[in-house]
Amino acid sequence: MEPVLELDRVSKHFPGHKAVDQLNLTLLDGEFFCLLGPSGCGKTTTLRLIAGFEEPTDGEIRLRGQAISRLKPYQRNINTVFQSYALFPHLTVRANIEFGMRYRGNPARNALEKTVEMLQLGDKIDRLPAQLSGGERQRVALARSLVLEPDVLLLDEPLSALDPNLRKQVRGELKDLQRRTGITFLFITHDQEEALSMSDRLAVMNQGKIEQTGTPQDVYLKPSTRFAATFLGPMNWVNSTGIRPESTRVAPAPPGDDVRTMPAQVEDSIFLGNCVHVKARLVTGEPFVAEVPRTMPRFMPGDRVHLWWEPSDELHLPPQ
Amino acid sequence: MTRLRRLFLAPSVTLTVLLFLTPLGILLVYTFLTRGAYGGMGAPWTLENWVRVADPLYLGILVRSVLAAAVSTLLCLVLGFPLALFISRAGRRKNLYLFLVVLPFWTSFLIRTYAWMFLLRDTGLINTLLISAGIVREPLPLLYNYGAVVLGLVYGYLPFMVLPLYAALERIDSNLLEASSDLGAHPWQTLKRVVLPLSAPGVRAGLILVFIPCLGAYLTPDLLGGGKTILIGTLIQNQFSTARDWPFGSAVSLALMAAVMVLLMVLARRHGDSLL
Repeated sequence: MEPVLELDRVSKHFPGHKAVDQLNLTLLDGEFFCLLGPSGCGKTTTLRLIAGFEEPTDGEIRLRGQAISRLKPYQRNINTVFQSYALFPHLTVRANIEFGMRYRGNPARNALEKTVEMLQLGDKIDRLPAQLSGGERQRVALARSLVLEPDVLLLDEPLSALDPNLRKQVRGELKDLQRRTGITFLFITHDQEEALSMSDRLAVMNQGKIEQTGTPQDVYLKPSTRFAATFLGPMNWVNSTGIRPESTRVAPAPPGDDVRTMPAQVEDSIFLGNCVHVKARLVTGEPFVAEVPRTMPRFMPGDRVHLWWEPSDELHLPPQ
Repeated sequence: MTRLRRLFLAPSVTLTVLLFLTPLGILLVYTFLTRGAYGGMGAPWTLENWVRVADPLYLGILVRSVLAAAVSTLLCLVLGFPLALFISRAGRRKNLYLFLVVLPFWTSFLIRTYAWMFLLRDTGLINTLLISAGIVREPLPLLYNYGAVVLGLVYGYLPFMVLPLYAALERIDSNLLEASSDLGAHPWQTLKRVVLPLSAPGVRAGLILVFIPCLGAYLTPDLLGGGKTILIGTLIQNQFSTARDWPFGSAVSLALMAAVMVLLMVLARRHGDSLL
């Protein structure tokens, strides 16, 4: 696959603050890419640099090989779905979707109809944004951008404004929409579950830098930094060794010799429906969580147990 | 509850009836009286004053006043819009700029108008500078004409245009401007397709707030227009003072008020909302 968007050592410094620091990033044509990081890590600034709302202090952004860092947003074939959707409140759904069409070459004759049908907005076409539900507004924001067939579509935490029940459903719809259109999506989020479930590849960002890039499996199973490991999911630490709770087992007696094992005392046992979280403390003092099947006999606070795991499940990550 | 609400309403209703509606009623009665020989007025009842309002001479003054007010209002809009737009996007400096806009209100309007006279008259600052610089030989006729009146009106009422425009522009989410640019619109197109439509309520409020006082303005036309450029405010003032024709002055006042009200009602009907 061809690289469609490249960030080459891009920096954005604000007074007294390096929002984005020597960032390298390559997006491949047609992939669903998530930029994942905590709030304040610089992911939104990165998006604004790509969209053209900010100019980089240093470095170069290339779109299909062309340097675009100095181009205005209206000169870039990149579109954005804003966190707040930013629909024009004085225009109908149709006028919102048609807004950009007159500026971008000659879109296919039935581009509007196709997009409206794809996003199921047919019966809402003459409404104003204020008359739409949150989910419908999001679909209008998507339609308005997708109808222009951008090289890259930027999505700035577009699910955060939806209610939690709708959020999971929309994840699947977005992924499906990306596959059908073949447009490269760059999705910004701080929710690791969103990133893991939707992306073809993802990057974990922290303090203006990318910590790791890879497929969800790669990054979850082989995190290259402690930050990436803990941001993608809970992790138990014994010195430089990390073990995920779901790799940790609990046994009343020491298991065989070919596994790692640690004596511990149960502090709590929490029933979560699909599984049970056993909270324990090692004799050396570290807290430890094991996620065990609910079919296992219940452990009680105070029980002396042995925590064990396969050596292949260990991650060796020295603290930074 | 309703009793309490009535209690809250009572002071303003009393004031309005006593100090606004009653004098207005007296004014209406005056218009049907005849002017006395040495000022004052009395019988017989007559429609003469209303007939005189429709006289081409006075209609001409009304038309001239409407034009002066309209020109001044449009100039205020043209000058005020970019200023309001600038202030609304000025970030932390907003309050400083707003303060500067209302700063002239700290001195009396009369004094500020006199200041303009000192600037504009034949021996004023501008003409003195122009002559000493050798740009002109004779002083330019800057004062006592239509242009000076419009200048004074624009100067005096510009803040009344800027403030409602600012309020409307400031409310526009900056994400909308970014979205417009993101979708391919050049800044001028963003101005036309996003900023202008969304600021329309502010434009309407500004037009009304400037046009009405400009139409009835008395001080500015009198001081900066001299005797030559008689506008309706000066006409009314003359009737009550030098001409001592209170019945006719009352008729002109009420005619002006009626004209403004008709205008506002037309505007309100077209936009289906309140007067402002």
